[in-house]
Amino acid sequence: MKVVTLSGSIVGSKTRTAIDYTVQSLKEKYPKHTVTLVDLADYDIQFSDGRNYLDYVGDTKYVTQTIMDADAIILGTPIFQASIPATLKNIFDLLPVDALRDKVVSMLATAGTPKHYLIPEHHLKPILGYMKAQVVQSYVFIEEKDFAQKQIINDDVFFRIDRLVEDTMILADTYQKIKEEEDKKYDF
Amino acid sequence: MSMEKYRINPDQGLEFGIYTLGDHIPNPYTGERISNQQRINEIIKLAQLAEQAGIDFFSVGESHQEYFTTQAHSVVLAAIAQATETIKIGSSSTIISTLDPVRVYEDFSTIDLISDGRTEIIAGRASRVGNFELLGYSLRDYEALYEEKFDLLQLINENEVINWEGEYRAPLRDAKVIPRPKEGWLPIWRAVGGPPGSAMKAGRAGVPMFLATLGGPATSFKHSIDVYREAAANNGHNPDDLPVATAGLFNVAETTQKAMQEVYPHINEGMKLTNGQGFPKQHFAQGADKRDVLNVGSPQEIIEKILYQHELFGHQRYIAQMDFGGVTLDQLKEKVEIIGNEIMPAIKKYTSKRAED
Repeated sequence: MKVVTLSGSIVGSKTRTAIDYTVQSLKEKYPKHTVTLVDLADYDIQFSDGRNYLDYVGDTKYVTQTIMDADAIILGTPIFQASIPATLKNIFDLLPVDALRDKVVSMLATAGTPKHYLIPEHHLKPILGYMKAQVVQSYVFIEEKDFAQKQIINDDVFFRIDRLVEDTMILADTYQKIKEEEDKKYDF
Repeated sequence: MSMEKYRINPDQGLEFGIYTLGDHIPNPYTGERISNQQRINEIIKLAQLAEQAGIDFFSVGESHQEYFTTQAHSVVLAAIAQATETIKIGSSSTIISTLDPVRVYEDFSTIDLISDGRTEIIAGRASRVGNFELLGYSLRDYEALYEEKFDLLQLINENEVINWEGEYRAPLRDAKVIPRPKEGWLPIWRAVGGPPGSAMKAGRAGVPMFLATLGGPATSFKHSIDVYREAAANNGHNPDDLPVATAGLFNVAETTQKAMQEVYPHINEGMKLTNGQGFPKQHFAQGADKRDVLNVGSPQEIIEKILYQHELFGHQRYIAQMDFGGVTLDQLKEKVEIIGNEIMPAIKKYTSKRAED
């Protein structure tokens, strides 16, 4: 299975730190799967102009293609102005409307204040649903106080990320089995 | 009926056509891809087979990206004009946005003369947009380019000498666009896909409409046709003068099951390569339902589907895409025969105005 972890901001370090641990957890527990980390800060991505993703070039093509090829995606996002960053929204805008069909998607969010706790629920899940993702319902919410010097300092966060990884992979495995069984029912 | 100027007589029943996008995709059963040259020659051959089977129309599309081979679609059409005698031919579609309408008109007038008055233009604006950068245009002007260039194409069609000024092409002063087509005029259609907004624009312009119908319930496409006719009527055009055509995926075999089985890999793999996403099996399975526009099935199922669509749409032409995704010419031969021998006679019988009426 192809798993992509996406760090959805081009500034700051908290989301990347959390995603780094996510990758580590994935690799330890699921060594047979391919894990690709995409940190948007590492790429020069253009704004969506509505074209089919195959018509983009360079970094934009690489990132969209990587997401399109994934079976499971773990999204990491900071909260900016009570919403997801524009850089992450742009990724969704670059993709076809049903780009996340047959993909399992889960989320972790980092934020400066606990007041943002419901932002992924209200801003990110509706987008994932519209794009036909199989969404892992519970997500990990990590606050500023859980980080120091680009490290996670609250052990509870590790446990929660481990559970997110496990939930994601359980759903991805299950979904793949269901999909195979359903596809077998068709005689074409 | 004044659809006559579009060379269509609705009394003779629904026209049946075949179209190709000029895709050049490996055969998913063998993994092998024929050469560009063979593919182009087979498209010309398919047009000849269509003519022999009595099919009304054959058209070739323009796409400027990988896995396509009829970028110079007007050149392929010229070869088809020469290789055939009676079948109507056209483009499906010409991406007018990134071409010079003067040059397009010169080409298609010439093809019309070669074909002795059988040529039509279906002008679209591309769903894939590789052509924009390749041909020196900006995708930012996607809408404006199409509208301006389509209008100019129509102006040239109506007038041999034109005076014109626009944003995306040098002005034309007392410009004579020749040669003129055989009848002095070409049927020019607007290619429409996606949400009903485009159909409304075609209606407002009073131009015949070609509607792409990839899959899904026929009733949702009826909505586009209804708003098209309504927009035409609201803007001083008589919808009875304006033909409507639909285009969609097609496969026929002895049984619906076999028709679905044999074509699914072609469509699924072909769409992955040309569109970046396959055709979900669940949707494809629903396509067998009579109410779905996907014309895949046994001859009888297809006849019923097309007649159902005709009842809903009241359209004048249906064109079938049956070569997509590396279907072999041998397979196409058989299917073209079934269309000519079984499907078309039934469709004409039920959609034409009988003598006694």
